[in-house]
Amino acid sequence: MKMNKNQLYTVVALCAILLFIVIADNCFDAFTLRVFNLCAIYIILALSLNLLNGFTGLFSLGHAGFMAVGAYVCALLTMPPELKEMNYFLTPIVPILKNITLPFFPSLLIAGLASALVGLLIGAPVLRLKDDYLAIATLGFSEIIRVLITNAQPITNGAQGLKGLPRFSTTYTVWAVAGVVVLFMVLLMRSSYGRAMKAVRDDDLAAEAMGINVFKVKVTSFTVSSFWAGIGGALLGHMITTIDPKMFTFSLTYNIVLIVVLGGVGSITGSVLAAILVTVLMEALRFLDEPMNFLFIHTGGLPGLRMVVFSVLLMIVVIFRQKGIMGGKELSWASVAAFRERHSRKGRPQ
Amino acid sequence: MTDIVLSTKGLSMRFGGLTAVSDLNISIGKNEIVGLIGPNGAGKTTAFNVITGMYRPSAGQVFYRDKDITGSKPHVITEKGIARTFQNIRLFRSMTVLENVLVGCNLSISSGLFSATLNLPAYRKKEAAAREFAMALLDKVGLTEAAGKEATSLPYGQQRRLEIVRALATHPALLLLDEPAAGMNPQESLELMAFIHTLRDEFDLTIFLIEHHMQVVMGVCDHMYVLDYGITIAHGDPASIQKDPKVIEAYLGVDDAGNK
Repeated sequence: MKMNKNQLYTVVALCAILLFIVIADNCFDAFTLRVFNLCAIYIILALSLNLLNGFTGLFSLGHAGFMAVGAYVCALLTMPPELKEMNYFLTPIVPILKNITLPFFPSLLIAGLASALVGLLIGAPVLRLKDDYLAIATLGFSEIIRVLITNAQPITNGAQGLKGLPRFSTTYTVWAVAGVVVLFMVLLMRSSYGRAMKAVRDDDLAAEAMGINVFKVKVTSFTVSSFWAGIGGALLGHMITTIDPKMFTFSLTYNIVLIVVLGGVGSITGSVLAAILVTVLMEALRFLDEPMNFLFIHTGGLPGLRMVVFSVLLMIVVIFRQKGIMGGKELSWASVAAFRERHSRKGRPQ
Repeated sequence: MTDIVLSTKGLSMRFGGLTAVSDLNISIGKNEIVGLIGPNGAGKTTAFNVITGMYRPSAGQVFYRDKDITGSKPHVITEKGIARTFQNIRLFRSMTVLENVLVGCNLSISSGLFSATLNLPAYRKKEAAAREFAMALLDKVGLTEAAGKEATSLPYGQQRRLEIVRALATHPALLLLDEPAAGMNPQESLELMAFIHTLRDEFDLTIFLIEHHMQVVMGVCDHMYVLDYGITIAHGDPASIQKDPKVIEAYLGVDDAGNK
C-alpha cells in the first residue's frame, strides 16, 4: 500500500513524540518528568470525561469518585502484605485482602473494571435524569463514594489513606495508556457506536426514532467513561505513591472539567492539548502561591492564587469562545494546512 | 381487502384535563397512502407520538400487523418497521448529511462495542454495506453532492428530504410523515407529494402522513382521517372529505347563525 503525504506526516509525528518521550525519560529531572507524566494521566482523564460530556452530551461531575474506586482497587491489589500491615496500624485490614498481591497490569485492568461496574450501577438509575439534574446526581454519588471510602476503615484504611504504593506508573506506562485511550477514542468515534453517541447528544428524540436504544447508549458511555477514569485514578495513585480520600474531592473533578471545556467539548485533540496546557500551567504558576514582592507590595503567600488564574481563564473561554480551543473540531493535517493558508494570505499585501 | 398494517383501537391521550386525542380508530392497509388532517392543535402530532411510542396512551391500543405494540419504546417500534419524520426538522446538527443517514442505518450495523471500535471484519463489512446503501438513498433524492456537507447547512427543502431519507435508512415498512410539506409553497408541496408517491412504489411502503393543508394531500391519499379537537370527525376518500359539512365547518368555521 502506498502511503499518502498525510499518513507519512502522521508516522513522522508519532516517531517524534516517541523520541521525545524517550528523551524525557532519560534527561528530564525528577520534577519535570513528574509534570510530564502527569500530562499523560490528565489526557486519560480528560478524554474519558469528554466521552461523556462532549460526545454523549451527558453533563457528569462524578469523575473523582470513579478515579477513587480505580485508585483504591489497584492499590489494594498491588501492595505487598508487609506494606499493608504497616499502613493498617489502627484497624487491621480484612484478612481476604491482606494476602492478595497481583502484578501491576492485571491490577490496573481489574481497577478499571471495578470502576466500570460502579459506573454501571450508578449509571442505571442516574441516567434517567437530564442536564443539571444529572450533574448534581453524579456529583452526589461521587461524594458518596468518597465518604464510603473514608469510613470503610478495614478495607481502605479510612482517612489515613494508603502510603508507600509501589511506583509502577513509569513514563512509558502512563504514555502508553494515554496512547491507547487516544486511539480508542478516535476509533470509537469513527464507528457506528460513536455516531449513535453523537446522535443522542444532538437530538435524543430523533435518535430514538432512528432505532437507537438511547438509554443503553447512555449507560454504555457512562460505563466506558468510568472504566478509563478508574484506570486514570489507579495510574495517578501509583505515581504519587500515596492516596487518601481527600485527594478525590470535587476540586479534582473541576480540574478535569476545566480541561475538557478549555480544549473543546467533543474534541479529542482539544482535550489532549488542553490537558498538557493545564497541567504545565498548574506547575508553572506555582510561584503565585508563594510570598511575592512587588516593589512596595508584599504578599505573604496566598495558597490557591494560581487557581484564580484558571478560573479567569475558564470565564474568558465561556464568554468569548464557548467551544474551547478546538471548538468541537479535530486537529488534522488538513486543518493545519488550512490554518497556514489563511495566515500566510493575511500576511501578504492585498 | 388488503391486509392491515397499522390500526388503533379507541386510542386516547390525555394531558391532565386536556384530551389531545380521543377514541381514535384508524386502520391502514398495505401500500396505502393515508392522510391525517385537521386544523392546528387538532391532535395530529400527538396521535403520531402515541403510535411511535413517544407517549404512552391514556387508553386504547395500537396494533402493527396484528401485534399489540402499545407502550413499546420508540426504538423498539422503529426496529419493528415503523419510521417517522418530525414536524420541526430534527437532524443531527453536528453531523454531515451522510452521517445523518448512517445513524438511520444503525439498526443494520448494530455490532458489539468492541467489534465496532476495533473495526473487526464483520463490523467493517456491515459498515461498508451501510455506507453504500446510504449513498444509494441520497442519490435517489439528489443529495449525492451534499453528502459531505453539514446537514444543517442545507436549504430547507433539502433538509426535509434528508429527514425522509434518514427515516428510510431504518428499512421501514410503514413511514409516518409529520407535515412533510410544512413551510413549502404550493408548487413544492405538489412535487413532494409526487415524490412520496414514487417512494411508496419503490420501497414497497405504507405511508401515513399528517398534513395541515387539505388541498396538498387530496391528490395523493387513498383515504384520510380528519381530526378536530382530538375527535375524528370524518373518514373517507378525498372527494367525500372535501364535501363533508363537518370538515368544512372545522376548517372554515360557522357564524352564530349557523351559516357557512
